[in-house]
Amino acid sequence: MQNDAILTMRGITKTFPGTIALNKVDFTLRKGEIHALMGENGAGKSTLIKVLTGVYEKDEGSIWVVGGEAEAHIHSPQDAQNIGISTVYQEITLCPNLTVAENMFIGRTSGQTVNWKEYESRATAILDNLGIPARAKQQLGSCSLAVQQMVAIGRAVDMQCKVLILDEPTSSLDDKEVAMLFKLMRELKGRGVGIIFVTHFLEQVYEVCDRITVLRNGELVGEYAIEDLPQVELVAKMMGKDLNDLESLEQVGHKSAGADEVVYEAEGLSSSEARPFNFKIRRGEVNGFTGLLGSGRSESVRAIFGADRVTGGKVRVKGKDVKITNPREAMKNGIGYLPEDRKRDGIIADLSVRENIILALQVMKGFFHPMSKAQMRQFADEYIKALQIKTASQDTPIKSLSGGNQQKVILARWLLTHPDYLILDEPTRGIDVGTKLEIQRLVLKLAEENMSVTFISSEIEEMLRTCSRLIVMRDRKIVGELTGDQLTQGYVMKTIAGGEQ
Amino acid sequence: MTGANNASRTRRREPLTDAQLLTTISICIFVVMYAAAMVFLGGGFLKVQQIFDLLNDNAALIIISCSLTIVMIGGGINISVGGVIGFTVMSCALFLNAHEGGPMTIVLTVLLALGIGLAFGVLEGFLVSYLEIQPFIVTLAGMFLSRGLTTMLSVNPVKVTHEGFLALVKAKIKIPWLGYIAQNGNLIPAKLEIGAVVALCVVLLVYLMLRHLRFGRNIYALGGNRQSALMLGINVKSTCFWSYVLSGLLSGLAGLVFIMHKPAGNASVAMRSEMDAIAASIIGGTLLTGGVGNVVGTLFGVMILATIQKIIALSPLNASWWQEMASGAMLGFFIILQSVVLSNRSKHKKAN
Repeated sequence: MQNDAILTMRGITKTFPGTIALNKVDFTLRKGEIHALMGENGAGKSTLIKVLTGVYEKDEGSIWVVGGEAEAHIHSPQDAQNIGISTVYQEITLCPNLTVAENMFIGRTSGQTVNWKEYESRATAILDNLGIPARAKQQLGSCSLAVQQMVAIGRAVDMQCKVLILDEPTSSLDDKEVAMLFKLMRELKGRGVGIIFVTHFLEQVYEVCDRITVLRNGELVGEYAIEDLPQVELVAKMMGKDLNDLESLEQVGHKSAGADEVVYEAEGLSSSEARPFNFKIRRGEVNGFTGLLGSGRSESVRAIFGADRVTGGKVRVKGKDVKITNPREAMKNGIGYLPEDRKRDGIIADLSVRENIILALQVMKGFFHPMSKAQMRQFADEYIKALQIKTASQDTPIKSLSGGNQQKVILARWLLTHPDYLILDEPTRGIDVGTKLEIQRLVLKLAEENMSVTFISSEIEEMLRTCSRLIVMRDRKIVGELTGDQLTQGYVMKTIAGGEQ
Repeated sequence: MTGANNASRTRRREPLTDAQLLTTISICIFVVMYAAAMVFLGGGFLKVQQIFDLLNDNAALIIISCSLTIVMIGGGINISVGGVIGFTVMSCALFLNAHEGGPMTIVLTVLLALGIGLAFGVLEGFLVSYLEIQPFIVTLAGMFLSRGLTTMLSVNPVKVTHEGFLALVKAKIKIPWLGYIAQNGNLIPAKLEIGAVVALCVVLLVYLMLRHLRFGRNIYALGGNRQSALMLGINVKSTCFWSYVLSGLLSGLAGLVFIMHKPAGNASVAMRSEMDAIAASIIGGTLLTGGVGNVVGTLFGVMILATIQKIIALSPLNASWWQEMASGAMLGFFIILQSVVLSNRSKHKKAN
């Protein structure tokens, strides 16, 4: 154990029914360093943070905090705070209806009355000291998100925290606000606070951090000094791929670059979640959006479908200018979208398989043109057979199907509307390998039948097998469009990472 | 010295908080409305007694509106307040008639009223905060229970016959210098009932509690964001519990004030008054979503509703349906105004 370590975690194991979320993970935080905790979805970052903050109890392993001779026992967020571990979460955990000063002191004062004068003068001192651009008497809700986050940090600092955990603090901030936050982080670092920084933005890691710990699938990959780990290697470690390992891929079908006709074209399209981008797709083409989690790939396709509030840009469908501001308009223009989170956005759990299949077609027809029962049964049967959906009957509630079969039902829903352009956002997540291959084959078959498809997957191999063009995103911007010979794992990963650094 | 200067400068520059803004709006509307009534209807509106009458007639409503404001700021609701008034009034009337005697009986009556309110508050508070049942459902049950108990005590109206208490009912605080000269030249002093004084004291005390006690501020935090309040180290459950206890206690007090204004129990006493109290709180700037509100605004909310009814009673449109429609229109107008003002604010914030 290093002498300047203020937090040491050894052999942390945490299991949930059916999965090992953390397997003997070690983590060390030193005094006055900013330490990035990196990993893809499911790597165990948030589990590790939650063990540290007492939200979860660890199964095995030990935690030492400097100042405490013995092992630290953390059973609740309160325990964590008492030994000097404070957390600032992505979503602000302050009260927007109270003043800045109150938010700093509420819940941690003794005495039955509120001394407003004292609150305000102490809060002003903290704000001035840390250079936070807020006034003590201001209502918190009238501050920008970045300032609210800083107020939360100010509260933590005033509680004499030694370890400050920042869990994705920058995901809803703009560049200027991020710069303000970084200034504050460096200031705290200078005072000897150890900061754990969790983020998806690679460039931010390299801008502000001293060390990186990488997790993958609940296991520790390694701890590195920032100068020893170029960005591209970091990506490789997060994804668990060796750069030189260019295994030959099993082809599942013929990739198609599509005809000349452009089915969909967007110029400077932006939404409340996505920054402006240009995009087009040809008839019969399969393309893909790739990038790390949080890079903006889902947000971009949601903007195409009008699933978030569209804020600008021009859209042409088959050469005609159209306006797509909500999913219904997108569907009327022949666009289908299979959402990333099928439990939340896709299935209606208590309705039957048949009703879930019919849904999109019924919406397109309008509710004043009902379909006959016989017709619905016929459609449902047709697609249950075509996609080999394993269900007891078409009247079975969809929630009793397996994940892969649920996914096929939603796919059937969109195929039934015969879209010209189908967007599949992570259609293969959480389903078994056999079904994955089936879905990939289906995508290629649809393309042969002249449908245009955008396919998104976290697994690069899947994308390389199916897509003839890959759009690479990083930090919410398109950073490359790869075709032909560029479609290799190594090249894709380099583009994601932003070249050698 | 410069520090003090700085502080005073920032004080002047600080924009109103949401709660202050909404309260200010309702006070302004009351003033405008009342001034218009003075100009166009004249008569009673020119006398101070008119304002006192509004207070005398609505003292119980003011108290339960404060009680509603407290739970609404905490993000809850309490629709049993009207029922608790009814039950308290009936119990006190029967108790007074059964015990002749001196001041001791009256003291016991006061304790009975407060005890009934407290019992409902404790029960409802426990169910809402510790068993985490929806406050709407819990207090709906409380409303049915209290109405049922009232009818069980007596199906027929009960008139208070206790002389000592009736003397208290008639007692009025006279303020000569706010009075007016009647046509026959006599000075008629302005009269304020004891209940109205109690109601104004409640407003003041609840205002101070919400503003200066840790408990009061915790209620705001709870209503602003329950999860955040928990993370900030506030005992969310106990805060929620005590807010309902206080709300229940105030309902019992309102029952007492009610019977001091109209000394008779009746199965339909204060029927629907919980709805008036919710309306008054909202008009006074309390948000149903919680976290924002102020009992001073609530007082003006009651006064606005009462003034509308008075104006309509004095106008050619004197019919109960016009009064209800005007109250409904006012409530709708306020809710729209609130959402416009608050959404303008958040747009302004984004632009900054």
